[in-house]
Amino acid sequence: MTEENFDAIVIGAGMAGNAAAYTMSSRGMKVLQLERGEYPGSKNVQGAIMYADMLEKILPDFRDDAPLERHLVEQRFWMMDDSSHIGMQYRSDDFNESRPNRYTVIRAQFDKWFSRKVREAGATLLCETTVTELVRDPKGRVTGVRTDRAGDVILADVVVLAEGVNGLLGTRAGLRDTPKPETVALAVKEMHFLAEEVIDQRFGLKANEGCVIEAVGTISRNMAGLAFLYTNKESISIGIGCLVSELAATMESPYGLLEKFKTHPSVKPLIAGSEVKEYAAHLIPEGGYKAIPQLFGDGWVVVGDAAQLNNAVHREGSNLAMTSGRIAGEAIVQIRNRKKPMVKEHLSLYKSMLENSFVIKDLRKYKDMPALLHTNSRNFFTTYPKLLSQAAQNFVRVDGTPKIDKERATTATFIKARSRWGLFGDAVRLARAWR
Amino acid sequence: MTVAVTNIRVEDKLYQNRYVVDAGRPHIRVRPHEWPSVNLYALTGVRPAKCYELNDQGQVEVIADGCMECGTCRVLCEASGDIEWNYPRGGFGVLFKFG
Repeated sequence: MTEENFDAIVIGAGMAGNAAAYTMSSRGMKVLQLERGEYPGSKNVQGAIMYADMLEKILPDFRDDAPLERHLVEQRFWMMDDSSHIGMQYRSDDFNESRPNRYTVIRAQFDKWFSRKVREAGATLLCETTVTELVRDPKGRVTGVRTDRAGDVILADVVVLAEGVNGLLGTRAGLRDTPKPETVALAVKEMHFLAEEVIDQRFGLKANEGCVIEAVGTISRNMAGLAFLYTNKESISIGIGCLVSELAATMESPYGLLEKFKTHPSVKPLIAGSEVKEYAAHLIPEGGYKAIPQLFGDGWVVVGDAAQLNNAVHREGSNLAMTSGRIAGEAIVQIRNRKKPMVKEHLSLYKSMLENSFVIKDLRKYKDMPALLHTNSRNFFTTYPKLLSQAAQNFVRVDGTPKIDKERATTATFIKARSRWGLFGDAVRLARAWR
Repeated sequence: MTVAVTNIRVEDKLYQNRYVVDAGRPHIRVRPHEWPSVNLYALTGVRPAKCYELNDQGQVEVIADGCMECGTCRVLCEASGDIEWNYPRGGFGVLFKFG
């Protein structure tokens, strides 16, 4: 390969990388995108729910040909003990709209489609290419990359790091730290295939409607963790994620947790008779606002999961990835239009634009949530779900006990588990962190 | 009712996955050690693909053929130097069909 100059190099073809590459190439920039997988999506894992608004801002007509599974009409949140669940559930026919708000997607297929749009916009994509090193000039400015394909250096005015949560390049180059065990969760997930009509029947759905279940409780064995079940057209994505620091402390097996969730009496009938076709594992950024690293420097910006941009409270990651990629692309285009060099001083525009978007605003709102949930994980993820589940059983089971005695018994279990001060303190702490 | 979960064979799960193994070029190495550190030992439980095992001399060994490149072991053990972690060469490693 001869030495070639690009306006921009994008590392990674996930949500953030594709958004950045599309934004820049569709505005006339000469973009090279590098992906280490055989095809875009082959290294990527997500639940996955895709949010329409953020994609519309990049590809307004995506509904014409994007591989979408089901649009969501129902969301269930479960708190589980070993034999029961108590939950909240929201279902609305309003979500059966001409431009639905949220869809389930299968990432390997979705990313291939997104990548095709990127290439149609003019970007050059090189797959099966692992970037091994960022190349820097004597002053430290990133000027290009070295790959495992050929010894030659590929140069560009700016490098967009969309390398994902486990990105090696930025950390090896000292641009940001490797995520800490307490700021990432490990999620494992399986794809269970079932006939479309069977899924429709089991979840009470029709014609591409989808349902989401998210669950906390004894399934995570006292750790901060969340299990999920998403309906695709002909498959169900089911998985569970827990904080890596807590997994290490307990040495719980991630697939053991998944198996326990799958065999829970509330879950087992939903996936009965399915054929499992894949088992996947991936990290999720959980550190929130306080874990966001330096986002730009001389000749580089970082976007998406690599920048820890994930809203763990709302379980939104891919839309923050898409939006940060788009905004980085727009900032770079504007700097280029003004013929300014891609240095720290000018690339700060990316951060300013990101801070004015929902991405940083949302993460800032919940800046204290990770610390609260992660330091009180047993209470919030096990004790309360268990107490609520017991309270519900006590409420509905008719056994001749006077209702006043039942109420007293329920109150007593709460006080015994957390004490009056504990209950009050938990409520105040949660309200503060939510604010 | 508590559901006892025992003897799950992760091999059966990994069997569903597609891999292109880069024979003779493991992308993860464990630093030779007398006794494993706390975090290195923890990998023999936390591993999602059962890559890490304790040998009969109490040392942790890695076989990364079923690795899904999640990075959990990197997050726990790279900083201390217990392990060395690189991506597989382009095109190698796990290839998710669905992801």
